[in-house]
Amino acid sequence: MNRFLLPLAAFVLLVAVLLVGLKRAPEKSILPSPLIGKPVPQFTLPNLFDNTQPLSSATLTGHWSLVNVWGTWCVECRAEHQVLLQIKQEARVPIIGIDWKDHNEDALGWLEQLGNPYERVGTDNDGRVAIDWGVYGAPESFLVNPAGTVVYKHIGAMTQEVWQREFLPRVTAAPGAPAPPGPGA
Amino acid sequence: MRRAPSTHAPLLLCVALALAGPSYAVDTTPPLPNPALQQRYYNLTHELRCMQCQSEALADSSVGLAADLRVQVRELLLAGQSDDQIRDHMVARYGEFILFRPRMTWRNAWLWAAPSVLMLVGVAVGWRVLRTRARLVGADDGDANADGDVDGGPDRDADLDSGKP
Repeated sequence: MNRFLLPLAAFVLLVAVLLVGLKRAPEKSILPSPLIGKPVPQFTLPNLFDNTQPLSSATLTGHWSLVNVWGTWCVECRAEHQVLLQIKQEARVPIIGIDWKDHNEDALGWLEQLGNPYERVGTDNDGRVAIDWGVYGAPESFLVNPAGTVVYKHIGAMTQEVWQREFLPRVTAAPGAPAPPGPGA
Repeated sequence: MRRAPSTHAPLLLCVALALAGPSYAVDTTPPLPNPALQQRYYNLTHELRCMQCQSEALADSSVGLAADLRVQVRELLLAGQSDDQIRDHMVARYGEFILFRPRMTWRNAWLWAAPSVLMLVGVAVGWRVLRTRARLVGADDGDANADGDVDGGPDRDADLDSGKP
Protein backbone atom coordinates (compact mmCIF):
# COMPACT_ATOMS: atom_id res chain seq x y z
CA MET A 1 0.00 0.00 0.00
CA ASN A 2 2.63 2.41 1.16
CA ARG A 3 4.67 2.23 -2.00
CA PHE A 4 1.77 3.59 -4.05
CA LEU A 5 1.09 6.44 -1.69
CA LEU A 6 3.95 8.69 -2.76
CA PRO A 7 3.44 8.34 -6.55
CA LEU A 8 -0.29 8.87 -6.06
CA ALA A 9 0.33 12.01 -4.05
CA ALA A 10 2.73 13.25 -6.73
CA PHE A 11 0.14 12.54 -9.42
CA VAL A 12 -2.62 14.35 -7.55
CA LEU A 13 -0.33 17.32 -7.03
CA LEU A 14 0.51 17.40 -10.74
CA VAL A 15 -3.17 17.27 -11.69
CA ALA A 16 -3.89 20.11 -9.29
CA VAL A 17 -1.10 22.26 -10.74
CA LEU A 18 -2.25 21.63 -14.32
CA LEU A 19 -5.89 22.34 -13.44
CA VAL A 20 -5.02 25.67 -11.88
CA GLY A 21 -2.94 26.47 -14.97
CA LEU A 22 -5.84 25.61 -17.27
CA LYS A 23 -8.30 27.67 -15.26
CA ARG A 24 -6.01 30.68 -15.32
CA ALA A 25 -5.04 30.33 -18.98
CA PRO A 26 -7.50 32.91 -20.39
CA GLU A 27 -6.42 35.70 -18.07
CA LYS A 28 -2.78 34.80 -18.57
CA SER A 29 -3.02 35.44 -22.30
CA ILE A 30 -3.68 39.10 -21.51
CA LEU A 31 -0.42 40.69 -20.60
CA PRO A 32 -0.20 42.77 -17.46
CA SER A 33 0.90 46.33 -18.03
CA PRO A 34 4.05 47.44 -16.23
CA LEU A 35 2.49 50.91 -16.12
CA ILE A 36 -0.08 50.02 -13.50
CA GLY A 37 0.67 51.85 -10.27
CA LYS A 38 3.03 54.21 -12.07
CA PRO A 39 2.55 57.81 -13.14
CA VAL A 40 1.38 58.27 -16.72
CA PRO A 41 4.24 58.71 -19.19
CA GLN A 42 5.29 62.27 -19.93
CA PHE A 43 3.89 63.32 -23.28
CA THR A 44 2.42 66.18 -25.27
CA LEU A 45 0.22 65.62 -28.31
CA PRO A 46 -1.52 68.03 -30.65
CA ASN A 47 -5.23 68.35 -29.97
CA LEU A 48 -7.39 67.03 -32.78
CA PHE A 49 -9.98 69.75 -32.33
CA ASP A 50 -7.96 72.71 -31.19
CA ASN A 51 -4.32 73.30 -32.00
CA THR A 52 -3.84 75.82 -29.22
CA GLN A 53 -4.64 73.34 -26.44
CA PRO A 54 -2.41 70.29 -26.61
CA LEU A 55 -3.10 67.09 -24.71
CA SER A 56 -0.39 66.35 -22.20
CA SER A 57 0.31 64.37 -19.06
CA ALA A 58 -0.80 67.46 -17.10
CA THR A 59 -4.27 67.17 -18.65
CA LEU A 60 -4.64 63.87 -16.80
CA THR A 61 -4.19 65.15 -13.26
CA GLY A 62 -6.73 66.58 -10.85
CA HIS A 63 -9.56 64.27 -11.90
CA TRP A 64 -10.19 60.70 -12.94
CA SER A 65 -9.79 60.01 -16.64
CA LEU A 66 -10.40 57.17 -19.00
CA VAL A 67 -7.66 57.22 -21.61
CA ASN A 68 -8.76 55.41 -24.72
CA VAL A 69 -6.34 54.53 -27.51
CA TRP A 70 -8.10 54.17 -30.84
CA GLY A 71 -7.80 54.67 -34.58
CA THR A 72 -10.17 54.79 -37.50
CA TRP A 73 -8.39 51.75 -38.97
CA CYS A 74 -9.32 49.70 -35.94
CA VAL A 75 -12.37 47.50 -36.27
CA GLU A 76 -12.80 46.81 -32.57
CA CYS A 77 -12.80 50.55 -31.93
CA ARG A 78 -15.96 50.86 -33.97
CA ALA A 79 -17.44 48.06 -31.88
CA GLU A 80 -16.72 49.83 -28.59
CA HIS A 81 -17.74 53.28 -29.74
CA GLN A 82 -21.34 53.02 -28.53
CA VAL A 83 -20.14 52.01 -25.09
CA LEU A 84 -17.83 55.02 -24.93
CA LEU A 85 -20.78 57.26 -25.82
CA GLN A 86 -22.77 55.70 -22.97
CA ILE A 87 -19.89 56.27 -20.57
CA LYS A 88 -19.77 59.88 -21.67
CA GLN A 89 -23.49 60.20 -20.92
CA GLU A 90 -22.89 58.93 -17.40
CA ALA A 91 -20.62 61.96 -17.01
CA ARG A 92 -18.60 60.45 -14.18
CA VAL A 93 -15.22 60.07 -15.84
CA PRO A 94 -14.15 62.17 -18.80
CA ILE A 95 -12.77 60.20 -21.73
CA ILE A 96 -9.49 61.30 -23.23
CA GLY A 97 -8.68 59.87 -26.64
CA ILE A 98 -5.32 59.08 -28.15
CA ASP A 99 -5.77 58.74 -31.89
CA TRP A 100 -3.06 56.25 -32.76
CA LYS A 101 -1.33 56.17 -36.17
CA ASP A 102 -4.20 57.80 -37.92
CA HIS A 103 -4.98 60.71 -40.22
CA ASN A 104 -6.64 63.72 -38.66
CA GLU A 105 -9.25 64.07 -41.42
CA ASP A 106 -10.26 60.43 -41.01
CA ALA A 107 -10.52 60.85 -37.26
CA LEU A 108 -12.65 63.98 -37.54
CA GLY A 109 -14.94 62.29 -40.06
CA TRP A 110 -15.30 59.25 -37.79
CA LEU A 111 -16.28 61.37 -34.77
CA GLU A 112 -18.71 63.39 -36.84
CA GLN A 113 -20.35 60.27 -38.16
CA LEU A 114 -20.42 58.14 -35.00
CA GLY A 115 -20.57 60.82 -32.32
CA ASN A 116 -17.79 62.13 -30.11
CA PRO A 117 -17.33 60.55 -26.68
CA TYR A 118 -14.02 62.32 -26.05
CA GLU A 119 -13.37 65.42 -24.07
CA ARG A 120 -10.05 65.83 -25.76
CA VAL A 121 -8.23 63.82 -28.42
CA GLY A 122 -4.47 63.84 -28.88
CA THR A 123 -3.19 62.84 -32.30
CA ASP A 124 -0.32 60.39 -32.13
CA ASN A 125 0.32 60.15 -35.85
CA ASP A 126 3.76 58.54 -35.63
CA GLY A 127 2.86 56.26 -32.72
CA ARG A 128 5.60 57.37 -30.33
CA VAL A 129 3.39 58.25 -27.40
CA ALA A 130 1.48 55.00 -27.74
CA ILE A 131 4.76 53.12 -27.36
CA ASP A 132 5.48 55.02 -24.14
CA TRP A 133 2.07 53.88 -22.93
CA GLY A 134 2.98 50.30 -23.80
CA VAL A 135 0.16 50.04 -26.32
CA TYR A 136 0.37 47.06 -28.63
CA GLY A 137 -3.09 46.81 -30.10
CA ALA A 138 -6.00 49.21 -30.23
CA PRO A 139 -8.35 49.64 -28.55
CA GLU A 140 -6.76 49.88 -25.14
CA SER A 141 -8.23 51.78 -22.22
CA PHE A 142 -6.44 53.09 -19.16
CA LEU A 143 -7.98 54.34 -15.94
CA VAL A 144 -5.96 57.23 -14.52
CA ASN A 145 -6.58 58.60 -11.03
CA PRO A 146 -6.48 62.28 -10.01
CA ALA A 147 -2.83 61.95 -9.03
CA GLY A 148 -2.04 60.99 -12.61
CA THR A 149 -1.33 57.35 -11.77
CA VAL A 150 -2.40 54.52 -14.05
CA VAL A 151 -4.77 52.37 -12.02
CA TYR A 152 -6.08 49.85 -14.50
CA LYS A 153 -5.71 48.83 -18.12
CA HIS A 154 -8.12 47.00 -20.37
CA ILE A 155 -7.00 45.58 -23.69
CA GLY A 156 -9.65 45.15 -26.36
CA ALA A 157 -13.05 46.69 -26.84
CA MET A 158 -14.61 48.41 -23.85
CA THR A 159 -17.94 46.87 -22.87
CA GLN A 160 -20.56 47.88 -20.33
CA GLU A 161 -19.67 44.78 -18.38
CA VAL A 162 -15.97 45.65 -18.18
CA TRP A 163 -16.78 49.25 -17.35
CA GLN A 164 -19.14 48.26 -14.52
CA ARG A 165 -16.96 45.49 -13.16
CA GLU A 166 -13.42 46.82 -13.47
CA PHE A 167 -13.48 50.57 -13.94
CA LEU A 168 -16.37 52.13 -12.03
CA PRO A 169 -15.74 50.33 -8.73
CA ARG A 170 -12.16 51.58 -8.72
CA VAL A 171 -13.37 55.14 -9.18
CA THR A 172 -16.10 55.01 -6.56
CA ALA A 173 -14.03 53.11 -4.02
CA ALA A 174 -11.26 55.67 -4.06
CA PRO A 175 -11.01 58.06 -1.13
CA GLY A 176 -11.92 61.56 -2.16
CA ALA A 177 -15.22 60.41 -3.62
CA PRO A 178 -16.76 60.09 -7.03
CA ALA A 179 -17.32 63.56 -8.37
CA PRO A 180 -20.38 62.87 -10.51
CA PRO A 181 -19.96 65.28 -13.40
CA GLY A 182 -16.53 65.18 -15.01
CA PRO A 183 -14.57 68.40 -14.55
CA GLY A 184 -14.75 71.00 -17.25
CA ALA A 185 -16.73 69.12 -19.88
CA MET B 1 16.52 1.21 -75.49
CA ARG B 2 18.61 4.18 -74.43
CA ARG B 3 17.13 7.62 -74.49
CA ALA B 4 19.02 10.73 -75.30
CA PRO B 5 19.91 12.79 -72.24
CA SER B 6 16.93 14.86 -71.20
CA THR B 7 16.78 18.39 -72.48
CA HIS B 8 14.17 19.27 -69.85
CA ALA B 9 16.60 20.08 -67.08
CA PRO B 10 17.85 23.47 -68.33
CA LEU B 11 14.32 24.44 -69.28
CA LEU B 12 13.00 23.53 -65.84
CA LEU B 13 15.79 25.50 -64.24
CA CYS B 14 14.85 28.55 -66.29
CA VAL B 15 11.20 28.23 -65.31
CA ALA B 16 12.10 27.81 -61.65
CA LEU B 17 14.34 30.86 -61.70
CA ALA B 18 11.69 32.90 -63.47
CA LEU B 19 9.10 31.94 -60.89
CA ALA B 20 11.33 32.70 -57.93
CA GLY B 21 10.35 36.22 -56.94
CA PRO B 22 12.70 38.62 -55.28
CA SER B 23 12.59 38.38 -51.51
CA TYR B 24 11.45 41.56 -49.87
CA ALA B 25 13.15 42.65 -46.69
CA VAL B 26 10.79 43.19 -43.79
CA ASP B 27 13.10 45.55 -42.00
CA THR B 28 13.28 48.83 -43.87
CA THR B 29 14.86 50.80 -41.03
CA PRO B 30 17.84 52.70 -42.43
CA PRO B 31 21.20 51.08 -41.64
CA LEU B 32 23.29 52.38 -38.79
CA PRO B 33 26.47 54.33 -39.50
CA ASN B 34 28.94 51.71 -38.32
CA PRO B 35 29.11 47.91 -38.36
CA ALA B 36 29.38 47.56 -34.58
CA LEU B 37 26.15 49.48 -34.05
CA GLN B 38 24.51 47.58 -36.88
CA GLN B 39 25.49 44.30 -35.22
CA ARG B 40 24.00 45.43 -31.90
CA TYR B 41 20.86 46.54 -33.74
CA TYR B 42 20.68 43.11 -35.34
CA ASN B 43 21.07 41.34 -32.00
CA LEU B 44 18.56 43.51 -30.17
CA THR B 45 15.85 43.31 -32.79
CA HIS B 46 16.24 39.55 -32.77
CA GLU B 47 15.89 39.18 -29.02
CA LEU B 48 12.96 41.55 -28.60
CA ARG B 49 9.49 40.22 -29.19
CA CYS B 50 6.91 41.69 -31.51
CA MET B 51 4.06 42.28 -29.07
CA GLN B 52 1.36 41.96 -31.69
CA CYS B 53 2.47 38.71 -33.28
CA GLN B 54 3.94 37.22 -30.19
CA SER B 55 6.04 34.45 -31.62
CA GLU B 56 7.98 36.70 -33.97
CA ALA B 57 10.98 38.85 -33.20
CA LEU B 58 10.92 42.56 -33.91
CA ALA B 59 13.32 41.98 -36.77
CA ASP B 60 11.03 39.55 -38.58
CA SER B 61 7.68 41.20 -38.14
CA SER B 62 5.93 43.22 -40.80
CA VAL B 63 3.47 44.72 -38.33
CA GLY B 64 3.44 48.51 -38.01
CA LEU B 65 4.20 48.52 -34.31
CA ALA B 66 7.27 46.34 -34.86
CA ALA B 67 8.53 48.81 -37.45
CA ASP B 68 8.01 51.66 -34.97
CA LEU B 69 9.87 49.76 -32.28
CA ARG B 70 12.75 49.00 -34.65
CA VAL B 71 13.04 52.69 -35.38
CA GLN B 72 13.11 53.31 -31.66
CA VAL B 73 15.87 50.73 -31.11
CA ARG B 74 17.86 52.44 -33.83
CA GLU B 75 17.39 55.87 -32.29
CA LEU B 76 18.33 54.68 -28.83
CA LEU B 77 21.49 53.10 -30.25
CA LEU B 78 22.36 56.35 -31.98
CA ALA B 79 21.72 58.19 -28.73
CA GLY B 80 24.49 56.09 -27.22
CA GLN B 81 22.41 53.85 -24.97
CA SER B 82 23.77 50.48 -23.90
CA ASP B 83 22.03 47.22 -24.81
CA ASP B 84 20.80 46.88 -21.24
CA GLN B 85 19.42 50.40 -21.23
CA ILE B 86 17.52 49.67 -24.42
CA ARG B 87 16.16 46.41 -22.98
CA ASP B 88 15.08 48.29 -19.85
CA HIS B 89 13.42 50.94 -22.00
CA MET B 90 11.30 48.26 -23.68
CA VAL B 91 10.58 46.34 -20.47
CA ALA B 92 9.39 49.53 -18.77
CA ARG B 93 6.74 49.89 -21.45
CA TYR B 94 5.81 46.35 -22.40
CA GLY B 95 6.94 44.22 -19.47
CA GLU B 96 9.35 41.31 -19.28
CA PHE B 97 7.34 39.51 -21.93
CA ILE B 98 9.04 41.54 -24.64
CA LEU B 99 12.32 39.76 -23.89
CA PHE B 100 12.68 36.42 -25.64
CA ARG B 101 15.31 35.50 -23.06
CA PRO B 102 13.66 36.05 -19.70
CA ARG B 103 15.72 37.51 -16.92
CA MET B 104 16.30 35.60 -13.73
CA THR B 105 14.67 37.33 -10.79
CA TRP B 106 13.57 36.20 -7.34
CA ARG B 107 10.04 35.82 -8.62
CA ASN B 108 10.94 33.30 -11.30
CA ALA B 109 13.96 31.76 -9.61
CA TRP B 110 11.99 28.60 -8.84
CA LEU B 111 11.35 28.16 -12.56
CA TRP B 112 15.05 28.34 -13.31
CA ALA B 113 15.80 25.95 -10.46
CA ALA B 114 13.03 23.48 -11.33
CA PRO B 115 14.94 21.41 -13.93
CA SER B 116 17.88 20.72 -11.58
CA VAL B 117 15.59 20.04 -8.63
CA LEU B 118 13.43 17.64 -10.66
CA MET B 119 16.57 15.97 -11.96
CA LEU B 120 17.83 15.44 -8.41
CA VAL B 121 14.45 14.04 -7.33
CA GLY B 122 14.51 11.70 -10.32
CA VAL B 123 18.00 10.46 -9.51
CA ALA B 124 17.07 9.97 -5.85
CA VAL B 125 13.95 7.97 -6.74
CA GLY B 126 15.82 5.91 -9.30
CA TRP B 127 18.55 5.15 -6.84
CA ARG B 128 16.06 4.01 -4.22
CA VAL B 129 14.24 1.80 -6.71
CA LEU B 130 17.48 0.20 -7.81
CA ARG B 131 18.54 -0.41 -4.23
CA THR B 132 15.22 -1.96 -3.29
CA ARG B 133 15.34 -4.18 -6.31
CA ALA B 134 18.88 -5.28 -5.55
CA ARG B 135 17.83 -6.14 -2.00
CA LEU B 136 14.81 -8.15 -3.23
CA VAL B 137 16.89 -10.07 -5.71
CA GLY B 138 19.41 -10.75 -3.00
CA ALA B 139 16.60 -12.01 -0.72
CA ASP B 140 15.28 -14.24 -3.54
CA ASP B 141 18.65 -15.82 -4.01
CA GLY B 142 18.83 -16.44 -0.30
CA ASP B 143 15.41 -18.11 -0.37
CA ALA B 144 16.27 -20.19 -3.35
CA ASN B 145 19.31 -21.55 -1.67
CA ALA B 146 17.42 -22.22 1.51
CA ASP B 147 14.33 -24.11 0.39
CA GLY B 148 14.50 -24.99 -3.25
CA ASP B 149 12.43 -22.05 -4.42
CA VAL B 150 9.80 -23.91 -6.33
CA ASP B 151 7.26 -21.16 -6.53
CA GLY B 152 7.53 -17.41 -6.36
CA GLY B 153 11.22 -16.90 -6.87
CA PRO B 154 11.57 -17.06 -10.67
CA ASP B 155 8.22 -15.30 -11.11
CA ARG B 156 9.34 -12.46 -8.93
CA ASP B 157 12.58 -12.16 -10.82
CA ALA B 158 10.73 -11.98 -14.09
CA ASP B 159 8.44 -9.31 -12.74
CA LEU B 160 11.29 -7.19 -11.57
CA ASP B 161 13.13 -7.51 -14.87
CA SER B 162 10.26 -6.55 -17.06
CA GLY B 163 8.13 -4.30 -14.91
CA LYS B 164 10.22 -1.29 -14.08
CA PRO B 165 11.67 1.22 -16.49
